[in-house]
Amino acid sequence: MRNILFLIFIVMSCSKHENVLIIQNKGSDTLVNLAQAWAEEYKKVHPQVAIAVSGGGSGTGIAALINGTVDIANSSRAMKDEEKAEALKNNGKNVSEFIVGMDALAVFVHPANPLQGLTLEEVACIYGEGGKCTYWSDLRGTVVPGCQGNKIIRVSRQSNSGTYQYFREAILGKKRDLKLGSMDLNGSRESIDLVEKTPCAIGYSGMGYLSKHVKSLCVSKTSDAECIFPNLKTAMDKSYPISRELYMYTSGEPSEEVKTYMNWTQSEEAKKITINSGYVPAPKR
Amino acid sequence: MENKITEVAPLTMEWRHKKSTKPKSERILEFIIKAGGLSCIILIIAILFFILKESAPFLIDRFDFKEFFMSTEWYPASVVKVRYGILALLVGTLLVTFLSMLIAVPLGLACAFYISEFCSPQLREIYKILIEFLAAIPSVVWGFIAIMMINPLIIYSFNVPIGLNILNASVILALMSLPLIVSVGEDALRAVPETYREAAEGMGATKWEVATRVLLPAAKNGLMAAALLGVGRALGETMAVLMATGHSIQIPSSIFEPGRTLTATIAAELGESPKGGEHYQALFAIGLVLFVLSFIVNLTADYLIRGRKK
Repeated sequence: MRNILFLIFIVMSCSKHENVLIIQNKGSDTLVNLAQAWAEEYKKVHPQVAIAVSGGGSGTGIAALINGTVDIANSSRAMKDEEKAEALKNNGKNVSEFIVGMDALAVFVHPANPLQGLTLEEVACIYGEGGKCTYWSDLRGTVVPGCQGNKIIRVSRQSNSGTYQYFREAILGKKRDLKLGSMDLNGSRESIDLVEKTPCAIGYSGMGYLSKHVKSLCVSKTSDAECIFPNLKTAMDKSYPISRELYMYTSGEPSEEVKTYMNWTQSEEAKKITINSGYVPAPKR
Repeated sequence: MENKITEVAPLTMEWRHKKSTKPKSERILEFIIKAGGLSCIILIIAILFFILKESAPFLIDRFDFKEFFMSTEWYPASVVKVRYGILALLVGTLLVTFLSMLIAVPLGLACAFYISEFCSPQLREIYKILIEFLAAIPSVVWGFIAIMMINPLIIYSFNVPIGLNILNASVILALMSLPLIVSVGEDALRAVPETYREAAEGMGATKWEVATRVLLPAAKNGLMAAALLGVGRALGETMAVLMATGHSIQIPSSIFEPGRTLTATIAAELGESPKGGEHYQALFAIGLVLFVLSFIVNLTADYLIRGRKK
């Protein structure tokens, strides 16, 4: 009986909202939490528009935009030139780019680790191909209590995630790869969980995922530059060395409804949600 | 199997003569059953065709045997030079499968012997239900057990830097394939005619002697098939090993080093590689390697089961 009532309810609610416009929004796992929070709030303000958010990764979102199956693609990296060309070829329209927020990639270690900060060069030495830092003692003679053999356990992400690709570019530039043999986990949440449980580990993820159970490190551009912690202010003024823009892409000029939504994401109201989700609002356009 | 066909052949022929008198409903039912049987074969061929189709451009244009099978460098998203070397992944898969079987086969067969020969009928029913319950645990749950329980346990008991490694994955896989090995092994032991046991006991053999000298040789093929089905299970497992191995591209130098398997690579990377791209096709080429591997294992198992019936 309850099932039948439920069905009737669904049918009725469907017919009631018959002309609800659905905007398909897909892409970056880094952005998915934020996009979801925005979509929920937006529904309260504009009940005639429903935004369907799904994750899958920056590459997935961009591929869907190229294939024309989504209205908005979320991406934690800028679209590559060849992707833009492919979108133009497939849809006959140039993509429009919107910077909707900022994110800082935090580098973090186990709380027992005595290290306070690293230079970009040291991060590259740990993660980069050909880098010589395999033991914590290679970093200014650090000894990590509880870490067997003092070995650095590198926690990374699968190689086609936007986070991985941005991290690689930020610490190594465009001409070097990350070293193999890292633990390539499937999500930012998993990276945090593993580092929390493993004294030897070091990992990276979007600032929004940081928890109290891991120790976030400050990062400096060079050894004599100031060592800066990732937070709202340092990400916004880009003084933190590993901060990035978060993008949304549409095919061609966005339609009226999509445009209204895009503008709304930059409203004061939406910015509050951005900050609450652990991200940084975009600088003024 | 050939034996069986000759046995039943006269029967079917006799049946065929009567075909015209068969009621319509029976013929419809027969057709449905036949269609059901055929659908399995069609599905397998369709899967093979799909994997081949998706990986074909890679296999034709980009495939380099030496790089693919001899190199450990799996760099599908490299900025310097894209490389597709699956050696480390292949070694990871084989190593984890081998080690897990080293644990699961003796344990599983011992368990099968115990359930079939040594315990009381009431206990047997309880054990069988418990083992079937073990088979019903989803692999993601096993993965969480690997991260949350076995990982810290390995770190503290062996004094190693990381507990997500080959050993962890082998233990998890052993536990996962245990139910299959036990139930198939138990079936094989039950299939040994009761007269064998009675004859041996009549000659004054102890229970232990019956088990090791009579039942083990008699059910040998079935027990081997049980082990090989376990291998197939371990080979194909994805989610749990993705979480338990540490998912790290390297040839492990000890069982305490993390590794990576073929299946986990596909699971982790397929979602984010654009459909039809080179990386996507390369992942399907890995799928083809897995298909061939599990085909060999299943074929061997099948051959052994046939042997048993001869």
